[in-house]
Amino acid sequence: MAEVEETQLPGVGIRYDFVTKEGDRVGVLAHRTGRRELLVYDSVDPDACRDVVRLDADDTQTLAELLGTSHVSERLADLQQHIEGLTIDWLPVGGNAACAGRTLRESALRTETGVSIVAVVRGDETIPAPGGDFTLEEGDTAVAVGTPEGIKELFRLLQQG
Amino acid sequence: MIFAAAPAEVALVLTELGLVVLGLALLARLADRLSLSPIPFYLVGGLIVGRGGVVDLDVSETLIAVGSEIGVVLLLLTLGLEYSSEELGGNLKVGLPAGLLDIVANATPGVLAGLALGWDARAVILLGGVTYISSSGVISKLLADLDRLGNRETPSVLSILVMEDLAMAVYLPVVAALLTGGSLMAGLPSVAIALATVALVLFVALRHGGVLSQALFSHSDEALLLGVLGTTLVVAGVAAQLQVSAAVGAFLVGIAIGGAVQERASLLVGPLRDLFAAAFFLFFGLQIDPSELVPVAGVALALAAVTAGTKVVTGWWAAKRMGIARPGRLRAGTALIARGEFSIVIAGLGVSAGIEPALGPVAAAYVLLLAIAGPVAARYVPALVTERPERRQPVPAGQ
Repeated sequence: MAEVEETQLPGVGIRYDFVTKEGDRVGVLAHRTGRRELLVYDSVDPDACRDVVRLDADDTQTLAELLGTSHVSERLADLQQHIEGLTIDWLPVGGNAACAGRTLRESALRTETGVSIVAVVRGDETIPAPGGDFTLEEGDTAVAVGTPEGIKELFRLLQQG
Repeated sequence: MIFAAAPAEVALVLTELGLVVLGLALLARLADRLSLSPIPFYLVGGLIVGRGGVVDLDVSETLIAVGSEIGVVLLLLTLGLEYSSEELGGNLKVGLPAGLLDIVANATPGVLAGLALGWDARAVILLGGVTYISSSGVISKLLADLDRLGNRETPSVLSILVMEDLAMAVYLPVVAALLTGGSLMAGLPSVAIALATVALVLFVALRHGGVLSQALFSHSDEALLLGVLGTTLVVAGVAAQLQVSAAVGAFLVGIAIGGAVQERASLLVGPLRDLFAAAFFLFFGLQIDPSELVPVAGVALALAAVTAGTKVVTGWWAAKRMGIARPGRLRAGTALIARGEFSIVIAGLGVSAGIEPALGPVAAAYVLLLAIAGPVAARYVPALVTERPERRQPVPAGQ
């Protein structure tokens, strides 16, 4: 994350600003009254604002939500990260999958793919470290850890095979 | 008393007062249309209506006089409310060099002019104050209107305004004490007493300000407004009785109020201050005969020209210290030119003490010039001087 500079403006409020990766300076002026101003600095005269967008409390909420949502999905995408050849992923269990309705031992998923199912999300409930006699059901989400290839194979098995 | 007056008199007072307020409303509307501060317009309104003017007011003048006293008290209360004690203290170290330059560069021309005119020493000190202090009201509105609050040079401008605020905490009591003494020398002992009182009040306010804020706190806007107003008027009254000046008392109340009460109080008092401050500027104009302006016009014009320049230098230097480029330094300098409410407040102290008859007219003409020229310069000069390219070239994505 870029370093955010914080400046006290006596009698007005606090100004926060930072330089984006592309080199534009962007800021937010938080007035003491709760009003916000979105500041975009000029590239020719870097001390002046090229654009100032005035936001009331509602507008601030809307903008934060718009920016925040994409931020959350980015973070989720990041979670499927590769850690030294390992992949962690959330895989749905399909209705006509062979393994649906069978225990983990019966379907022998780990033996076939080399991928461990470390947890299962069922509705609002999370079952950590399911044992061999745990039965997968349609609509479950399996949290799996393994190689990228193994994860792909497991994804196929949980969907149909 | 109004209530004891005959019905006919009540009718006259209400009508006359109503017409005065309507006149002020028209002036404020005109000022807003021209994006200028209404202060010079109110002053001109007072010049036209008052002594030696076109129209003469009858009964409502005493009411306006009382309103004007309340106006000074509320102006100083909001000046005190404007910054929290943390902001005042935190700014001291960073803002001190620029604040000192501000005092030296801008009070000196006023003092020299007073000496050249052969004025009483106290009037000379007052004129120094008139040329020193920028109008924080006009300037904060100006920066907001021009969308410059987010600019990187703005902290240097605000820092100077905060330093001026602190300087007033020392200057006003000293001046008030000097004025009660009859002469500069006779006033010196009361200056020491006034300064000690102020130091004590400031210390208590900054250390234990929470107590007053807590006592005044209420969820009801009405209760809070009346509480703050009542406290301020009582303290101002007691201060006036003790010869410390009502303005100083109100200012100290403003500084002592902090926290959540501070922000709400300044919001609530705002509209009242606008009303009574209008009465104050009007009354200041009323007391001046327009013909008195003619002989002082040259002095006022010269002072305005010199001190506009010295403010630009002050702002330029303060912004430069903060690493701001040339266009920003010019914006900071020109923003500081505007003089307004506090120059009139300072001159008003001298006028009501009756020390130098020319002080009022000089201050009025001076503020008339700079309250108009300041905002105009801040708006147009930076754009004139810095030629900007037509449109900035978009940077190709991914470069």
